Amino acid sequence: MSQDLLPLFVDVLTEEFGIPAEDVSADASFESLGLDSLDVVELTLVLEERTGVKLEDEELEHVRTVGDAMAKIAEKQA
Amino acid sequence: MTDIVVTGVGIIAPSGRGREAAFAGVLSGRSAVAVDDELVSMGTPVTLACRVPAFNPDEELGRGASRRLDRFTHLGAIAAREAVAHAGLSGDDELITAINPDRVGILMGSGIGGAETWAEEYPRYLEKGPGRTSPMFIPRMLSNTAAGTIAIRTGARGPNMTVNTACAAGASAIHVARDLLRAGAADVMIAGGVEAGITGLSVSAFAQMGALTKNPDPNTASRPFDVDRDGFVIGEGAGVVILETREHALKRGATPLATLLGVGASADAFHATAPPDDGGGAILAISRAIADAGLDLSQIGHVNAHGTSTPLNDVAESRALRAVFGAHTDNLVVTSTKGVTGHTLGAAGAIEAIFAIESLHAQSIPPTANLINQDPDIALDVVSGTARNHTFDVVLSTSMGFGGQNAALLFTGA
Repeated sequence: MSQDLLPLFVDVLTEEFGIPAEDVSADASFESLGLDSLDVVELTLVLEERTGVKLEDEELEHVRTVGDAMAKIAEKQA
Repeated sequence: MTDIVVTGVGIIAPSGRGREAAFAGVLSGRSAVAVDDELVSMGTPVTLACRVPAFNPDEELGRGASRRLDRFTHLGAIAAREAVAHAGLSGDDELITAINPDRVGILMGSGIGGAETWAEEYPRYLEKGPGRTSPMFIPRMLSNTAAGTIAIRTGARGPNMTVNTACAAGASAIHVARDLLRAGAADVMIAGGVEAGITGLSVSAFAQMGALTKNPDPNTASRPFDVDRDGFVIGEGAGVVILETREHALKRGATPLATLLGVGASADAFHATAPPDDGGGAILAISRAIADAGLDLSQIGHVNAHGTSTPLNDVAESRALRAVFGAHTDNLVVTSTKGVTGHTLGAAGAIEAIFAIESLHAQSIPPTANLINQDPDIALDVVSGTARNHTFDVVLSTSMGFGGQNAALLFTGA
């Protein structure tokens, strides 16, 4: 069910961060997408606006990939 | 004293982008002032501004540049890239490969820093709360980010600093860079000024001060030294020069474009924004530059003046020139390129230093745009109408910042 969030991530990462859609997959690490820790914090702000779910700093510690972030959000939405 | 030469320049200005276009723009005397759609949409009391030619930051500076970097940093990076390439320091990309980049320093000047970032982020903070504050706010906004970004892009790891003397910052940066070279802190300095402060907030505030012209006609609004001038038009841009010792330039086979003969700086110690009527602080800065260069007054033939088009500045500056040069004042051919570019604030000192160097090469002095009736209180030979061919050896470029901070630079041919 976290897979349902992939289109949202594709949207946000292409529109807000200028990343080509074909690069975005659950397996893609933020590092491989060229996003540093500040970018990831900014990404969480956009995701919060879109989903109402806020990923806290401590939750981001183990978030390395798009899939990790999707799973965290799905978990908090449940 | 060790000769300091200029071996490269880069510029993005309202008069054009790149060395040739930007100087051709001021030589033409066509003012870059225009009604600014963004200011109109914000309902600011003044809606005229001088923007640089449009560009796409993400295409030019890499994906994420528009999101991660403020506009002033975009401008600085674009000008620095041109300057570094012009000096033959970089290869196909911006990385400095021709010499050891650890010995290349950066000295930038900016009056405001990330003005757009402040203007966008603070309302978001008020509206959405502290938890939605962008983590990019600080790195985008800090006024040293242009210098830091140029270092990241070029690999230059020498001393890296940013000076702020408001509208004199670009000239002050060149001054301090020269001193660092003479102190042996670097072999090459990337030095210049940058500003992108055309926001609703800053334009409204400058208007409230009475600093901006109320003239709504773009074709006459910026008119330095004219009797009908009533304020400046805000501009934006960046100018960057490459400085090094003559010995270093020749050793690496670079072609010097000009020699930086002297620098001078001073404070008015008078008022937060107004100059003293007699141009007191400016007199000191100009005199110090001439003494620093060891020149005779008669050797100076051209002045690229600060000439903002405000009633106070232009008359005080003319009195300062008269006080320094005495009878030789009548032999000086003076211009203010701000008639074309508007006032690019912290970038102006560097942009105008580049125009001064280009005038030296061309032996042609750009006209002061929109100068129709020269103020009778300004007893100077100011070029108006079209560019004037003039034979001269040394040019003086003056800059005066809010805070009463003044800078003067003297250049001659290579």
